[in-house]
Amino acid sequence: MLLYALRRLIYLIPVAFGVSLLVFALVHLAPGDPISAIVPPDAPKEVVDKLKEYYGFDKPLPVQYLRWLGVTLTGDLGTSIGTGRSVAAEVGSAFGNTIILAIAATLLAFSLAVILGTAAAYAKSRIVDRLVTVISLIGVSVPHFWLAIVLVIIFAVELGALPPMGIGPENSTGWKFDRAHLAHMVLPTIALSVIPLGVVTRTVRSTVKETLNMEFVTALQAKGMRDSRILFHVLKNAAPTCLAVMGLQAGNLIGGSILIETVFAWPGTGFLLNSAIFRRDLPILQGTTLVLAGFFMLLNLTVDIIQTMVDPRIKRG
Amino acid sequence: MALQSPSLDVGGAILVKPTPTSAGRGYWQSVGRRLRRDPVTLICAAILILLVLASMAAPYLNLADPYKTSMLRRLYPLGSPNHWLGTDELGRDMFARLIYGGRLSLFMGVTPVVCALLIGGSLGILAGFVGGKTNMAIMRIMDVFYAFPSVLLAISLSGAMGAGTENTLLSLTLVFIPPICRVSESVTTQVRGFDFVDAAKASGASSFTIVRVHVLGNVLGPILVYATSLISVAIILAAGLSFLGLGVKPPEPEWGLMLNTLRQAIYVNPVLAALPGVMIFITSICFNLMSDGLRAAMDVKA
Repeated sequence: MLLYALRRLIYLIPVAFGVSLLVFALVHLAPGDPISAIVPPDAPKEVVDKLKEYYGFDKPLPVQYLRWLGVTLTGDLGTSIGTGRSVAAEVGSAFGNTIILAIAATLLAFSLAVILGTAAAYAKSRIVDRLVTVISLIGVSVPHFWLAIVLVIIFAVELGALPPMGIGPENSTGWKFDRAHLAHMVLPTIALSVIPLGVVTRTVRSTVKETLNMEFVTALQAKGMRDSRILFHVLKNAAPTCLAVMGLQAGNLIGGSILIETVFAWPGTGFLLNSAIFRRDLPILQGTTLVLAGFFMLLNLTVDIIQTMVDPRIKRG
Repeated sequence: MALQSPSLDVGGAILVKPTPTSAGRGYWQSVGRRLRRDPVTLICAAILILLVLASMAAPYLNLADPYKTSMLRRLYPLGSPNHWLGTDELGRDMFARLIYGGRLSLFMGVTPVVCALLIGGSLGILAGFVGGKTNMAIMRIMDVFYAFPSVLLAISLSGAMGAGTENTLLSLTLVFIPPICRVSESVTTQVRGFDFVDAAKASGASSFTIVRVHVLGNVLGPILVYATSLISVAIILAAGLSFLGLGVKPPEPEWGLMLNTLRQAIYVNPVLAALPGVMIFITSICFNLMSDGLRAAMDVKA
C-alpha cells in the first residue's frame, strides 16, 4: 500500500514539472512584456531596463524559468504588484476561506447525491427515478453563477433573510464559527454545490443500478441476507467509481468557486485571482494558479489511494 | 443485424465492441430511426435549431437596435409597450439583445468543442493507434493539463492573455483538448486490439486504410457523443468567462456579459437581471438532453 502510494507520488513529479512550466508560461502569455504591466507607459527606458534587470526579465527564458523554479520551491511565490505583500501570504489566507466554502459545499452535495442517487436506483416507482434524474439534469445544466444571482435576488433582495455578500459582518476578512458567519455561508454553499450534486447523483444512480444487477446481489438475497446488509455490499462495490467522480468534482468545485466567490465577494482564492487579473497582478495570478493546481493534484492522488484501499483490484501501473 | 454497440465498463470509460464495417449504413439508419422516436431529443433539437436560426437571422427579424442606448428608458420592466422584455441598464431593448446575444454565446460555446474535437480527436487516435513512445509523449502532456481544474485553466489562460473573443476561444479549446484526447485514445487503443485490425494488417492494408476504415468507423461514434456532452459545459464556461469580464467586451450582446452588467439592477428589476441566465440555462439543458438522446440512440454509454 505504502509502496503504491510512493509510486503514484513519484509519477506526479514529471506532471508537476509540466504544471510548473505552464504556470511559468502564463506570465509570458500576457500581451507585451511582463514589465509593461507594472510601469506606466511613459516611464523612461532606463527605469524599465533597471526593473527588467531587477526582476531578471533580461535573461533568456530557460534561465528565467530555472531561477523562478528555484525560488518557488523554497515557498517564495514573489511579491504582489498590487499590495506589495508576499504572494504566499495573500494566497494562503484566501485559500483558507476557499477551503471552508468548498468543504461545506462538498459535504452538502455528496451526502445529498448519495441519498438521491441510491434512492433512484432502488426506486420501484418511476416517479422517484424521474424526479432524481431531473434534479441531476438541472445540476449539470444550470449556470451556477446565474443561480448564485437568483439566490441573492430571492433570499437577500426579496426576502431579506440572508446576507447577499461577504464572508461575515462588517468587512470581516476571516472566517469564524458563529451565527453571522454561518448565515453568510448559506447562499454561496448552495450555489457551489449544484454542479457536483448533479454529476455525482448521476454517477451514484447509474453505478448502484448496475451493481444491483450483478449476480452477487441475487446470491445474497437467496442466502436471506437483510436488505440493509445487502445495501452495504452494493454501496461498497459502487464506491470506487463514485469516489473517482467525487474526487474530480471536489477539485473542479475549487475551480468553479472562482465565479461564485466573485458573485458573493467571498474573500477566497477565486476572488483574489479575479481581482489580480484586472489589476494585471501577474505574480498573484501565477501564485494562485500554482497553489490551486498543486492542491488539485494532491487531491487526485489522495482519491486514487483511497480508491485502491476500498478496492485493491484497481491498482494502476 | 448486429448493431455497433459500444458499452460501458465499471470504471466509467467507454468500451467498444467490434462490428464489421459493412454494418455502417444500417447502423446510422437505425440511429436516425431511434432519434425520431425520442420526443425529448426532438423537442430539444427543435428549440436549439430555433435559437440558432433566430440568432443568425436576427438582423432581418425587425428587432429593435440592440446597441441603441437611451438614458430615459433604462430598466423598463417586462411587458412595457414597445419593449415586451423590458430594457437593460443602458436602455437597450432586452428582447433584441437576448436574440442577438445568442450569436456570440452559441458561437463561443460550440466552436471550442469543434476545434478541440479535431485536434484532440486526431491526437488521441494517433496516440492510441501508434502506441509506444508516441502514446507516452502525447498522453503525458495531456496529464499536465489534467492537473488543473478546467475552470481554473480557462480563467488563468484568459486572464493572462487578456479579454477578447479570440483569446476566450483559444483558452476554451485548450481546456477541451485533453478530455477529448483521453477518450479518443482509450477507445482507439481498444479497437486496435481487435482481431479485424490484425486481419487487415495481415492482408496488407496500409496503416492509413486501417485507421480510415476500421478504426474511425468504430471510434467516431463514442468520440462524437462525448464531444456533444461537452458543448453545454463549454457554453456555461464561455458565458462564465464573459461574466467575469474575460470574454466578450461590451457593448457586444452576450448572455454572460449581460448577466454581469445587469447585476446592478437586482434591487430595481430583479426578474430582468435574471433573464440572460435563463437563456444560458435553456441552451445548456437542451444540449445536455440532446447529448443523452444521441448517446442512447447510438448505444454508447458512459
